[in-house]
Amino acid sequence: MVSQQNDFLKNVTREQLRQIFIGAERWSEIDPSWPDTPILRFIPGADSGTLDFFVAQVFGDSLDDLPKADLLAILTANVSAGRLRALNAERAVVERTREEILELVITEIVRPAIVESWSLTESIFQRPAIEAEVAAIPNAVMEFRSWLTWDFITSPQSSDPATAGVFTAILGSLWVTLIAFLVSVPLGVGAATYLEEFSKGSKLDGLIETNINNLAGVPSIIYGMLGLAVFVRFFGQITSGIAFGMADPSTANGRTILSAGLTLGLLILPLVIINAREAIRAVPKALREGAYGLGATKWQTVWSHVLPYALPGILTGVILSVSRAFGETAPLIVVGVSTFIVVNPDSPFAKFTTLPVQIYQWTSRPQEEFQRLAAAGILVLLVLLLAVNATAIFLRNRFSRRY
Amino acid sequence: MCAAQTSTQPAVKDNYAIEARDLNVFYGNFHAVKNINLRIERQKITALIGPSGCGKSTVLRAFNRMNDLVPVARTTGQVLFHGKNIYDPDVDAVEVRRRIGMVFQKPNPFPKSIYENIAWGARINGFKGNMDLLVEESLRGAALWDEVKDKLKQSGYSLSGGQQQRLCIARAIAVKPDIILMDEPCSALDPIATLRIEELMRELVEQYTIIIVTHNMQQASRVADYTAFFMVDDARTGFLVEYGESDQIFTKPKDRRTEDYITGRFG
Ligand SMILES: Nc1ncnc2c1ncn2[C@@H]1O[C@H](COP(=O)(O)OP(=O)(O)OP(=O)(O)O)[C@@H](O)[C@H]1O
Ligand SMILES: [Mg+2]
Repeated sequence: MVSQQNDFLKNVTREQLRQIFIGAERWSEIDPSWPDTPILRFIPGADSGTLDFFVAQVFGDSLDDLPKADLLAILTANVSAGRLRALNAERAVVERTREEILELVITEIVRPAIVESWSLTESIFQRPAIEAEVAAIPNAVMEFRSWLTWDFITSPQSSDPATAGVFTAILGSLWVTLIAFLVSVPLGVGAATYLEEFSKGSKLDGLIETNINNLAGVPSIIYGMLGLAVFVRFFGQITSGIAFGMADPSTANGRTILSAGLTLGLLILPLVIINAREAIRAVPKALREGAYGLGATKWQTVWSHVLPYALPGILTGVILSVSRAFGETAPLIVVGVSTFIVVNPDSPFAKFTTLPVQIYQWTSRPQEEFQRLAAAGILVLLVLLLAVNATAIFLRNRFSRRY
Repeated sequence: MCAAQTSTQPAVKDNYAIEARDLNVFYGNFHAVKNINLRIERQKITALIGPSGCGKSTVLRAFNRMNDLVPVARTTGQVLFHGKNIYDPDVDAVEVRRRIGMVFQKPNPFPKSIYENIAWGARINGFKGNMDLLVEESLRGAALWDEVKDKLKQSGYSLSGGQQQRLCIARAIAVKPDIILMDEPCSALDPIATLRIEELMRELVEQYTIIIVTHNMQQASRVADYTAFFMVDDARTGFLVEYGESDQIFTKPKDRRTEDYITGRFG
């Protein structure tokens, strides 16, 4: 801990050490017999255990028990001037509460790292073995850690499993699904209405019908190829946002939320159409006749009676389709989802990742911690899917209760 | 269009509300009814009777081009409405149906509020006046106002079968048609509800021409001024046997087959 050159530091009391560490600027301030030179502190880096250990030795205390002033001193003394300025720019450090500063000390200076992790069953049934293993690691603390935390949901992706989260992926998923929804629902319901109500049974209509039924069975990876060729490459100017001046032409490409959303929109379009047709076909003949009998045109009948009556059924199909889009992975990988991204997507022209892709990437990492993150991610995905479905079912029931 | 010439021009030659001339209807290759010639009197109730499958509904639906909605249906001959054949290419079926309303066998109110059930038809036909007044007027016309005036916002489905059928009648008269076609309007109703509809028809005929299809001979003799009797031939094609005032048809029919039918010997 003490530099070789400072050989005057032989018998230092704890109190002096404390001052060296947090307060004094020059050696002479602490003891007049020491040289009048500035104190150059060694700033501990990632090997965080040192600081923890040091704090415990010097203050005879753990960080948790230190008063705000001490924590503040530790913080200001141990982060680089630039970082301190950045922190102050967010909100003046001195004005923050003790707990916030404690957290800063831990995240900025102590920087705990996960050395080893065990699954829940291992933790329960092989506890002695784990304790022995932990004891062998210097400065290690054993901690029960839930991977599924609020921080996990609200933090962006990170290469450090301890701080990695799914927020960016959740936003990406929502964006992509929203675009898929906006593309497929109007188009799908429109196509279903046309085929059921307005089609005259021409050859072309027959061809369209056969194709829709076939498309519903095409593997999703094929849609990925289509999306890559059409949206990413051919319409790259549009999907990258360059055409709208929303992106830098020298760096932007079509691997954006818009391309992915359009691809998934196409993917679920046949599903939406088939389900909507089914729902429209189920509208009783008597209802249409009632409308026609009053002198309604076809369009008035469809708009005022057929579609409202079919709406719950149409919504059921939409729910199924949107859930499918939400969980789809393969086509997105082809279309070019980002492998590592920490910037939250803020427009349809942004780079993105989605929750299933994120999970997929975590599972393919060798470190065990990422596998645990993947498991937590899957829970988030399931809960989100359930939430989306529950909302949609709630809406559907509200619509159908009117009748 | 055919509609505009009517009430403003009294110089219509014939005195009939609607007239079928050599009317034939086919469903695909099946000849459903043949050579129907029928003149429906104004502001009278005309009943179409006959055994099941003889084409009563088909003829009735031919009067407002409802058969157009059946893709395989094909109609030949003429249906003259105010001197104009409604099957002429320049006639809009939608306009025909606005002038010739329809009430169906099973009550089929819209899945909307009672108020909306009536207002919708008027609105799509460009009604610009006081809607509340029209709704009340139509419901009164269908003898339903007193029963529903406090729950106009409730669903049409919340009413009883008989009330629903009267709602459908109110809905039909709200667009102020010339003719109201009714296809067995009471067959889904109990006797008391049936009686109310029959009373209602007698009131409505003050203003409207009514054509009703019925299975019920008593009903036809009770409410109808005129009765047309249909039958099927060996090819199951329907044709008109006898047509005249109900009194005459039910008391001294000219045709043996009519007599057999109304005395219950077959059918
Ligand atoms: N949409 C249709 N397609 C094919 N055939 C039809 C269709 N509608 C009616 N038919 C046939 O036309 C004939 C006449 O039918 P219609 O419904 O007019 O008889 P109806 O006299 O009204 O009988 P009911 O008293 O049973 O109502 C029947 O043989 C029937 O099977
Ligand atoms: Mg019938």
